[in-house]
Amino acid sequence: MSNTLPNSAQPVESPATGTARVKRGMAEQLKGGVIMDVVTPDQAKIAEDAGAVAVMALERVPADIRKDGGVARMSDPDMIEGIIEAVSIPVMAKSRIGHFVEAQVLQSLGVDYIDESEVLTPADEVNHSDKWAFTTPFVCGATNLGEALRRIAEGAAMIRSKGEAGTGNVVEAVRHLRQIKNEIARLRGYDNNELYAAAKELRAPYELVKEVAELGKLPVVLFSAGGVATPADAALMRQLGAEGVFVGSGIFKSGDPAKRAAAIVKATTFYDDPKIVADASRNLGEAMVGINCDTLPEAERYANRGW
Amino acid sequence: MSDTPVIGVLALQGDVREHLIALAAADAVAREVRRPEELAEVDGLVIPGGESTTISKLAVLFGVMEPLRARVRAGMPVYGTCAGMIMLADKILDPRSGQETVGGIDMIVRRNAFGRQNESFEAAVDVKGVEGDAVEGVFIRAPWVESVGAGAEVLAEHDGHIVAVRQGRALATSFHPELTGDHRVHGLFVDMVRANRTAESL
Repeated sequence: MSNTLPNSAQPVESPATGTARVKRGMAEQLKGGVIMDVVTPDQAKIAEDAGAVAVMALERVPADIRKDGGVARMSDPDMIEGIIEAVSIPVMAKSRIGHFVEAQVLQSLGVDYIDESEVLTPADEVNHSDKWAFTTPFVCGATNLGEALRRIAEGAAMIRSKGEAGTGNVVEAVRHLRQIKNEIARLRGYDNNELYAAAKELRAPYELVKEVAELGKLPVVLFSAGGVATPADAALMRQLGAEGVFVGSGIFKSGDPAKRAAAIVKATTFYDDPKIVADASRNLGEAMVGINCDTLPEAERYANRGW
Repeated sequence: MSDTPVIGVLALQGDVREHLIALAAADAVAREVRRPEELAEVDGLVIPGGESTTISKLAVLFGVMEPLRARVRAGMPVYGTCAGMIMLADKILDPRSGQETVGGIDMIVRRNAFGRQNESFEAAVDVKGVEGDAVEGVFIRAPWVESVGAGAEVLAEHDGHIVAVRQGRALATSFHPELTGDHRVHGLFVDMVRANRTAESL
């Protein structure tokens, strides 16, 4: 599993593209930042002007996918290209879980990151895409450490805690991030004898489990997603240990998107300074309405998709 | 005065943690800098990789840009990687509207010059002033330097493009030594900071 260890001194052809170090290193550059869902080039520009570190190009934000129902798929290439042309920051786009052809299409369009996302309707109920096969790096969602490590074993170069997208409710984002952090902390306390059983329990490769136990963190960047709607939500996820946040419906489903976007960026950088978070929270207009997650039927919980 | 220089990493956004680790490994005391008062306490500063538009906006918004320019003008050693290189350029070829830089190196930089993420690459780079083997260059949506003025010295090129520059106490690389575990470039910068401290204390 040497390909999971980007810092090991293995000789590479020079120059080499699509290496683990280049893919994971890209996510390192996004740290401390906010990645925003956008559905038009104009929204992408608003996000860039507000200080977003990247945008996620998609046809409908999760809140609308929820409302509309039906099968949610990869976005139209014209729409993705329109957004790539509109901004200079990195552009991400979503493929369905296991739909490696959608991922191939996204790679050919030149997106900077592919999100193999539970927000879209899964295309394969057994297999996720083999992400090592791509030059474009992948980000994947996870609700716990085992899920995160399985995605990394498949080649994911960045992980986001799933939360519950399109709800404007941060409760699931908190649950999943705490779960991942707690499981990492528990591994730290294990001795070498215990790591084999831990790997079995986590259903994850032993080498990755050992690496996490040694590092005290995932070997890739960990963001938070799914329910962040306010500056304080973003700061909360950062204080809980997220290295950055994805904001989906929370911005462009609110009353004043440009102002809210800039406010969430400020609160993400100064997450540990309540005065700045307070100032960022003033006069933002209406937040998205939001959904109570405990009234959400099991079948409508996106976090249950993927395994 | 202790012999160990205190070096800040501009921590508005980007791969701050990796720089803090690299600086500590190169025998500096490393700390995060987000506010003007924190900037005042360091002997040198690293501007990390990240999104140059985001870092620039936050620096202006939180009042760090002007004090940073003043300190760079006054001779504080600075080192920028990737987005940090863009921040140290006197001129950006294709700036986003309102994108400001700190300046300090007489060079024109082209953003994302090596392409998008699919074109990001690793390559061996010979850097003037770094002894031994070539440095492992990790180039991520990397800029290159279109041209330098008379005062700036080119330290490295890749494929005919300038990827490392030094002008006086300012250093910039298109690539990310902080991602490799090889701390020689950070060592070069720590030496620059130490030399500057010695000169100032004389």
